[in-house]
Amino acid sequence: MSAALHKKRIGADAVAEKGWLRAHKWLILRRISQFGILGLFLLGPLAGIWIVKGNLNFSYTLGVLPLTDPYVALQSLTTGHVPETLGLIGVAIVVSFYLLVGGRVYCSWVCPVNVVTDAAGWLRNRLGIKGSVHLSRQTRYWVLGMTLVGSALTGVVLWELINPVSMLHRGLIFGLGMAWTVALSIFLFDLFVMSRGWCGRLCPVGAFYSLLGQWSPVRVTAPQRRACNDCMDCFEVCPEPQVIRPALKGEEKGVGPVILSADCTNCGRCIDVCSKDVFTFGMRFNNSASAVPLSAVQSESK
Amino acid sequence: MKSNSPKTNVARRQFIFDSARMACGVGMLGLGLGLYAKQSKALPALALRPPGALPEDDFLGACIRCGLCVRDCPYNTLELAKPEAPVATGTPYFTARNIPCEMCDDIPCVKACPTQALDHKLTDINKAKMGVAVLIDHETCLNFLGLRCDVCYRVCPVIDKAITLDMVPNVRTGRHAMFLPTVHSEHCTGCGKCEKSCVLEEAAIRVLPPKLAKGELGKHYRIGWEEQKKAGHSLIDESKMVDLPDRLPEGASLPGHYDPASGNTATARGTPGSEAGAIPSLPPGLGGKP
Repeated sequence: MSAALHKKRIGADAVAEKGWLRAHKWLILRRISQFGILGLFLLGPLAGIWIVKGNLNFSYTLGVLPLTDPYVALQSLTTGHVPETLGLIGVAIVVSFYLLVGGRVYCSWVCPVNVVTDAAGWLRNRLGIKGSVHLSRQTRYWVLGMTLVGSALTGVVLWELINPVSMLHRGLIFGLGMAWTVALSIFLFDLFVMSRGWCGRLCPVGAFYSLLGQWSPVRVTAPQRRACNDCMDCFEVCPEPQVIRPALKGEEKGVGPVILSADCTNCGRCIDVCSKDVFTFGMRFNNSASAVPLSAVQSESK
Repeated sequence: MKSNSPKTNVARRQFIFDSARMACGVGMLGLGLGLYAKQSKALPALALRPPGALPEDDFLGACIRCGLCVRDCPYNTLELAKPEAPVATGTPYFTARNIPCEMCDDIPCVKACPTQALDHKLTDINKAKMGVAVLIDHETCLNFLGLRCDVCYRVCPVIDKAITLDMVPNVRTGRHAMFLPTVHSEHCTGCGKCEKSCVLEEAAIRVLPPKLAKGELGKHYRIGWEEQKKAGHSLIDESKMVDLPDRLPEGASLPGHYDPASGNTATARGTPGSEAGAIPSLPPGLGGKP
């Protein structure tokens, strides 16, 4: 990746080809989802309209729909405490939803920290910051394991003592206090210390949802992968770029076009920034290695 | 690739070192977090949990920090701990001196809890034990100064049970009574209305966690007069009780004193109605002797 390639902004080709709106479609939808959910939570305390009570750890919508964060509930379980029926129903609903749409949809469509780290990633790219401390993407799974073992040993819902995700979300709804410093430190960490450091390497919440969505049917897929012109924009914009290569470049190895890695957050940014419309949302089952004939791709991409 | 080729050996070594690095790095983070968790169990004395809260040890494992109790509290008593607060982040608490618990009959905060961190078995708010009020400063409490403030007594939702005014002579004036607010822990719910309403700059009565507020008798201790009441009679064989002569200065008298020389017993003194008033006019065990 030479410097010359980077003179162009990520997705500039897509904007030229498809127009700004279509080149930002999924990003806009995602922001609407993230801020919409936050807005629903804020309607109560700010305007007195109580549609949703609670926060991301547990919420109760219109007095009928309980939603429980399964990771927090699991930590609570390992301390030896079984929640109330309502809490358990909430776990079941949330788990079945993410089993279907992909666990890390939580990260990219719901989590408020995603906005912070996306902003850091964007600024990092704009400022051309290159250096980054290396840390394995497996680290988060170790942290996840540690929080579960730690919860069992201490009898405390361990990660909740410092969880920046719930700190920020709870802070915005119940009063921020010093929680903004935590959000700021994550922003600066991602910006200067480690590219995509928090969500991509450290956060056990994301790791948990990854595991949850291991077999989810809704996936980003690259059916038009033969149209790829190697512009690298998808790799540049992707928060988990390691997930793209097998699907995009795997045809000769007989690998299907569906992005199967559970690390994929289904954010859809690769779909946005691709000027050749290589990617789309699809199902994991349509994954035969050579599903689309080359001729069809060529005629379509024009 | 052969299983013992140098290449697999290197890969195996690499795998082991990578794992060790992760385990040690994350282990350190875990150790720090674990020690922090240990500390977080030390709830500050003035931070009170909502009614029905499990003991702090269990509470921190059960509470999922959702804030539904906060939302359903009609008096905005509860708040979720901010990261900088000395209470485990995100857990609900209240400070009696700011906004005390109003002891709603239907206890909405407990009903709202999705995890039983607030025990749903608590249905009578008078049985709540958020803490125990302690009249902590006898030097500044206006009633202890001999005045009639009585505010803590008047505002107590369990008036005359949880707080009573106990009359004692005011030895400073020699002619007045002092009405001392006295907390009875078995009835006190720890709502904190007394602490909130104490008229002093700093409250002289405060709600503390029961563990701080209460002493505890040795398990083997028996309180004689209570055992006697339970049994309906004295626990010892009174007929075998021997009253030893009291050594008194010449010419002095002692209420209830039995003088073996003369065989006389001085009259007992006691407040009418008190247990002391029931001291037998005859020395126990010597019934009918004088």
